[in-house]
Amino acid sequence: MSNVLEVRDLVVSYGKVEALRGLSLTVGDGETVSLLGNNGAGKSTTVGAISGVVRVTSGTITAFGKDVTNAKPWDLVEMGIIHVPEGRRIFSRLTVHENLQIGGYAVSDTSVINQRIKQVYSLLPRLAERRSQQGGTLSGGEQQMLAIGRAMVSGPKLLMLDEPSMGLAPLMVAQVMDVVRDIREQGTSVLLIEQNARSALRVATRGYVIDSGVVTIEAPAEQLRADPRVVEAYLGK
Amino acid sequence: MDFEYLLQLILNGLFVGSFYGLVALGYSMVYGIIKLLNFAHGDIYMLGAFSGYTLLTIGAGVIGGQASIAVLVVIMLIAMVLTGTVGLILERVAYRPLRGAPRLSVLITAVGASFALEYGIAVSFGPNPRVYPVRLGNEAFTIFGARLTYAQLAMMLIAVALMIGLDQAVRRTRSGRAMRAISQDPKACLLMGINVDSVITRTFFIGSALAGAAGVMSGAYYGKIDFLMGFIIGLKAFTAAVIGGIGNLRGAVLGAIVLGLLESFGTAWLGSEWRDVFAFGFLILFLTVRPTGLLGERVTERV
Ligand SMILES: Nc1ncnc2c1ncn2[C@@H]1O[C@H](COP(=O)(O)OP(=O)(O)O)[C@@H](O)[C@H]1O
Ligand SMILES: [Mg+2]
Repeated sequence: MSNVLEVRDLVVSYGKVEALRGLSLTVGDGETVSLLGNNGAGKSTTVGAISGVVRVTSGTITAFGKDVTNAKPWDLVEMGIIHVPEGRRIFSRLTVHENLQIGGYAVSDTSVINQRIKQVYSLLPRLAERRSQQGGTLSGGEQQMLAIGRAMVSGPKLLMLDEPSMGLAPLMVAQVMDVVRDIREQGTSVLLIEQNARSALRVATRGYVIDSGVVTIEAPAEQLRADPRVVEAYLGK
Repeated sequence: MDFEYLLQLILNGLFVGSFYGLVALGYSMVYGIIKLLNFAHGDIYMLGAFSGYTLLTIGAGVIGGQASIAVLVVIMLIAMVLTGTVGLILERVAYRPLRGAPRLSVLITAVGASFALEYGIAVSFGPNPRVYPVRLGNEAFTIFGARLTYAQLAMMLIAVALMIGLDQAVRRTRSGRAMRAISQDPKACLLMGINVDSVITRTFFIGSALAGAAGVMSGAYYGKIDFLMGFIIGLKAFTAAVIGGIGNLRGAVLGAIVLGLLESFGTAWLGSEWRDVFAFGFLILFLTVRPTGLLGERVTERV
């Protein structure tokens, strides 16, 4: 299995704060990899660095065999890497449909964009019903669906989700995870960041636990589910 | 007051308002997308007038003294490209390096850019006013007793066409959608693959081109231009943008019309020396009582 993403010895600092201190991870083609860790562990910084919005101090990021360390975010999107940010960040004063169109910004063929929007609507019929509503009027769960749908319109090969279940009711979390599963089935590789380890490890094939900017555990998902350190720190009783 | 006089005041207000509108749009667009008050924007208008002046002077032998609207439109389009280009250079050179810098530094830079443009023109063309090489004809017609020249009508129609064109572009095109998205959340736009820098460049180009168009029209209509002519109109456009709700494009046009009408009626009652007092009185009124303007949305701060 070839890797779509390889991160090696990544170091990122915000001023004096070293958020990542030599972090390495890989995502294989078609894999769903989960990134677990407490608040402040460096999860968002890691995806930010991969998607080109956070500056890398040292280390390398390779995507589809190409060095993309500190590449421009729009070039990365064009390569098929998309990042659904923490807190969803949909455009609240654009309509649902316009949000999805923005997702296709890097795609030049309008018919391809429309085709993908149609697919999103059939995967997420709630969005279709609300297509002319402003994004800000949606519920939290719907906004998360919109954020994921918007990302799908870009036609990603690697989808990175930063805490998609944050702030959602359990039923909604399950629905979001179902969507992630659907996307994975289509062959898209996924990097899933979660604090909600229980649901993340049900979807993921493999996982990393990071702490203070470095990977502390790496293992297949079922192994992580059984790992006493993970159970104690992230799965509770 | 009779009806004809009233109508005349309304027409005068709409005419002046259409100038303000063209300039206010650029102000509002730029503010909307990067929250920058581009105080050099009025000087871009001045630059448009001088570009038109230069082009007309060069071409005067060819077209003679009395310019047709068609010739003026061609001159205007060239001037729009020139001022648009100056606008985008201004953004690259002066504003982009300061993105993320404290607001005060950016504001000071904008004022500096304004002086640079004004005195750059003063050095090149001299400090004295220049007489425009062409004047628009004075032939007029009357509607319900109010008088409007054909030139005024043509300029208003051009202004309206430009405004509608911009409005539709912002609402319906891919670039327009990107502009609206950037005004809401530039970082999320980066993640969606939008080259935010190039959209900002485009915004400056379009806003500056519209101001340049207004500059050419003003030169041809009033007949006299000088290097400080952008100062007052810049403030007026800012006022119009604030009245309408800064960042909101339809608001900018609405604010410009309201301001034009206020000035028209205000000067009719109080005398023309009160015109600017009136305008800036309203600016202060809006800033204190309703800073979001007529159409402005409540600003929701992201946490
Ligand atoms: N923009 C920023 N400026 C300064 N420090 C930051 C910034 N973003 C994150 N950090 C710090 O970097 C560390 C990692 O943060 P983050 O990647 O957001 O963690 P996580 O997503 O795992 O909660 C934290 O200590 C956080 O305080
Ligand atoms: Mg985070």
